[in-house]
Parts: sequence; structure tokens; C-alpha cells
Amino acid sequence: MSIPADLKYTKSHEWARLEADGGVSVGITHHAQELLGDMVFVETPTVGRKLVAGEECAVVESVKAASDVYSPIAGEVLAGNGDLEGAPESINQDPYAAWMFRLKPDNVTALDGLMDATAYAAHVESEAH
Amino acid sequence: MLKQTPLNAKHHEANAKLVDFSGWEMPIHYGSQVEEHHFVRNDAGMFDVSHMLPVDIKGVGTRAFLRKLVANNIDKLQTTGRALYTCMLHEGGGVVDDLIVYFMSESWFRLVVNAGCADKDLAWMEVQREKLAPKLSITPRRDLAMIAIQGPNAATKLWAAMPGTRELAEAMKPFHAVVVGEMFVARTGYTGEDGFEVMVPNKAAPFFWQALLEAGVKPCGLGARDTLRLEAGMNLYGQDMDEGVTPFDSGLAWTVDMSGERDFIGKDALSRLPRNRQLVGLKLLDRGVLRGHQSVFTALGEGEITSGSFSPTLNGSVALARVPVGIKVGDTVEVDIRGKRMKAAVVKYPFVRNGKALV
Repeated sequence: MSIPADLKYTKSHEWARLEADGGVSVGITHHAQELLGDMVFVETPTVGRKLVAGEECAVVESVKAASDVYSPIAGEVLAGNGDLEGAPESINQDPYAAWMFRLKPDNVTALDGLMDATAYAAHVESEAH
Repeated sequence: MLKQTPLNAKHHEANAKLVDFSGWEMPIHYGSQVEEHHFVRNDAGMFDVSHMLPVDIKGVGTRAFLRKLVANNIDKLQTTGRALYTCMLHEGGGVVDDLIVYFMSESWFRLVVNAGCADKDLAWMEVQREKLAPKLSITPRRDLAMIAIQGPNAATKLWAAMPGTRELAEAMKPFHAVVVGEMFVARTGYTGEDGFEVMVPNKAAPFFWQALLEAGVKPCGLGARDTLRLEAGMNLYGQDMDEGVTPFDSGLAWTVDMSGERDFIGKDALSRLPRNRQLVGLKLLDRGVLRGHQSVFTALGEGEITSGSFSPTLNGSVALARVPVGIKVGDTVEVDIRGKRMKAAVVKYPFVRNGKALV
């Protein structure tokens, strides 16, 4: 299973990437998209919305089910990925490129509190048993 | 411990994602549910439906027994091999199960019932048999596996996979079955496409599956089966109807024959119960996905979605919903999708038939 080493992860299967401009991109992991199956609908948070860590802020729906997406850290929404509206399947095809929203983090060090790739791999493994 | 069909090893070989379905370990998909869906609409796919239970009722007087046991009129079956879709009701008019009955001879009818209902169906039929026709035999056929081959190319690929089937099954009309050696070949299905449901002895099932694979039939999981049947406007037991509702509440009035003197279990209740609910088709006008149990708000009161999904053929969302009688095709209703009211149009269903969008 692919878990990029340069990202941070949550227990609820989001990934977070610190971008060069200081923003943080958020998406769902390969494992999450595999569990959900073919994606058909994505709802991203409105720009300017202030989120606390762990807040429900987006929705992905596969043919099978709807699933909430939680913000990994606190911050303000800078952008939602509008491209996903017409092509939700890109989450299945390349989950780490298909970011759902970008945050301006309240405190970028909050990322340090998330799991790294090794810890996330262990978390996925533990949920499988 | 989940029950396994004789095709379980084939599913593992094909990297299926297996889930618990009514106590059976069944494939939900083999990679992509949506691709499998399109494959059935455009070519030919196959489903392991061995969890469903064939039940043979045999003996003199089987027809008379079935006249009483099921809500549709068994006397519609007059030619050998003809099939009938029907509900089996309890005295109160609620649906015990929906099933298909095949008329093979006056002393042999074959029923196929839902996996999740099989045990209670057998118990129910046994009670009725003792009461009404103690000399009949009712035999569950767990020795048979069942594979559904569905899609516009199902027939030609079945002929290719099983030499000999063409001669016997080619002339067969939809909703008929024929016995071919140890195989039972029915031109029935649950997808809205041409196709077959074939029963074979358990030990032959993996070879038959392999032959179909080699003929280019794609394995499809229960996920695609669900979106295909919903597009085809076919009810699913446990979602669109159950023991708490009648066929009239569930879009199944066409399967109930109230006419004439024939008495069947549940008829009395059906004739007395008010008919104030109906099943309608919905097509979502706003963005999102309709799902089972979402509330529906209409000009005449509230209703509920019984089955809803993204429709791969329509690239939108459709649903079956139970709403007050009086709501009509062309009306607009609202559906509560995670706290937001979204607009949906009441439409005729089936939504898709033989590969073509109808809404």
C-alpha cells in the first residue's frame, strides 16, 4: 500500500501536506478511497470558514456510502478543489494528488501532532484486525 | 463464521473484496463497482448468486398449494418452464419474501428465495404445507449453485462457454426456464438487461464460472447488482419492502391478483387495509446522492427513501421512495440530505432498461 513519507496522517484517514506557501492541503488516503470505492460526489468547505481540529468539514460519497471528512488541524479554509466536482473519480485514481481543501493553519506546529507514514501504516494495520 | 458459496475460491483468485451479506461471504466488487455496472449494461457480466436458495415443491396438488401460498396467481403459469414473480405474504398482508416461481410440471414447481429470508421462508412454507397439503414435499436445494449472466452479450457468451446450451435455450423467451442435463437455465435476472440465471450442481460451479470467464464474461459483485437493479426499478427485499408493509405500499400491486374467488394468504387483509402509501421514482435535481432512509417532504406529507444511489448509467442520483398516495409523476419534492433540503423530481421508473436511460 502506498503511504507517501512526506505527508502527515489522521486516524480518520485524512492526509495533510504543508505547501511551500505555508498553506496546508488536505485529502483522503489511498486506504480510505479503497474502503469507500468508486467516488461519485464531493462537497468541499466554503472559503473563509474557520475550522477546529477534528471538525467535520467536507463529504465524500462513493456509490456505496457517504463519508465525512474531518479537518486534521485548526485553520481557515483558503480554497476548495473545484476540479473534484466534475471528476470525483480522481480521488480513486490519485488520492494524494486529489486535495479536497487548503487551510491557512492557525498554528503550523499542529502538524507535528499528526501521524507520520510509519505510524499511519501501523494504524491501518491495527484497524484491519 | 460466514457461509461460503462453491465459488468462494474463484472470488479470492480474482481479488474480490468480500463482505458479509446476510451471513454469506460475498464479493461486493472485484476492483470497481462502476466499471462492473457499465460492463453489464454494455457487454456481459456474471454474478455469483449461490447464496439465494432454490426450493423444489413436488407432489400432486402443488399448483393448488401455491395458489394459496403466494399473492400472484399461479394459474398465469400454463406453459412448461414459465416463471412468475410474486410476493409471499403473511395473514396481515406484510411481505414475508419476494420470489420467482418456475412451473416445470404439475408435480414440480421451483421457487427461488432471498438468502436473508431462506430460513424463515422454509419454516413458513413448512407450516403452510402441514396445514394445507401435507403430502407435498418441500426441498431446499443447497446442493445447487447459481450464476447470473447478464447483459446484451450474455446469450452469445453463454453459448460459447457451454456448448449445447444454445440449441436448448436460444428459442427460450424471457421469463422462461429449461432443464439442460444437470443445469437449470432460466432467462431471468435482476439488472434490466437480457440474461440468464443458471443453476448447476455445487461441484460443477467453479468449472462453469471458469468457462464463462474464458468466454469474456466479467465477474461482477453485489455492489453493481444493487445499482443495476435500482436503475431497472426492481425492489430489494429488506429495503423496499418487508413484513411491515404490503405489496401495495411497495410498488408491487402488479404482482398481486385480487380478482376472482381465489383466496391467498394475506388477501383478506389487503382488501381491508387503507391504501395510503405508494412507491415512486425520484431523480435528484440538486447535487448529492439519494440514500435509503432519507426523509422526503411532499405537498401531501412526509415519506421516506427506501433505496437510493448514484446511478452510473444516468450519472446522477435516483431513488425509490415511499410517499403519500396522490403524489404524481412531475411533482417536485424535497429530500433531507445530511440536514439540507434538496430538490428531486418524481419520475416514472424503471429509470433504465436494456441499456437505455428512460428518465
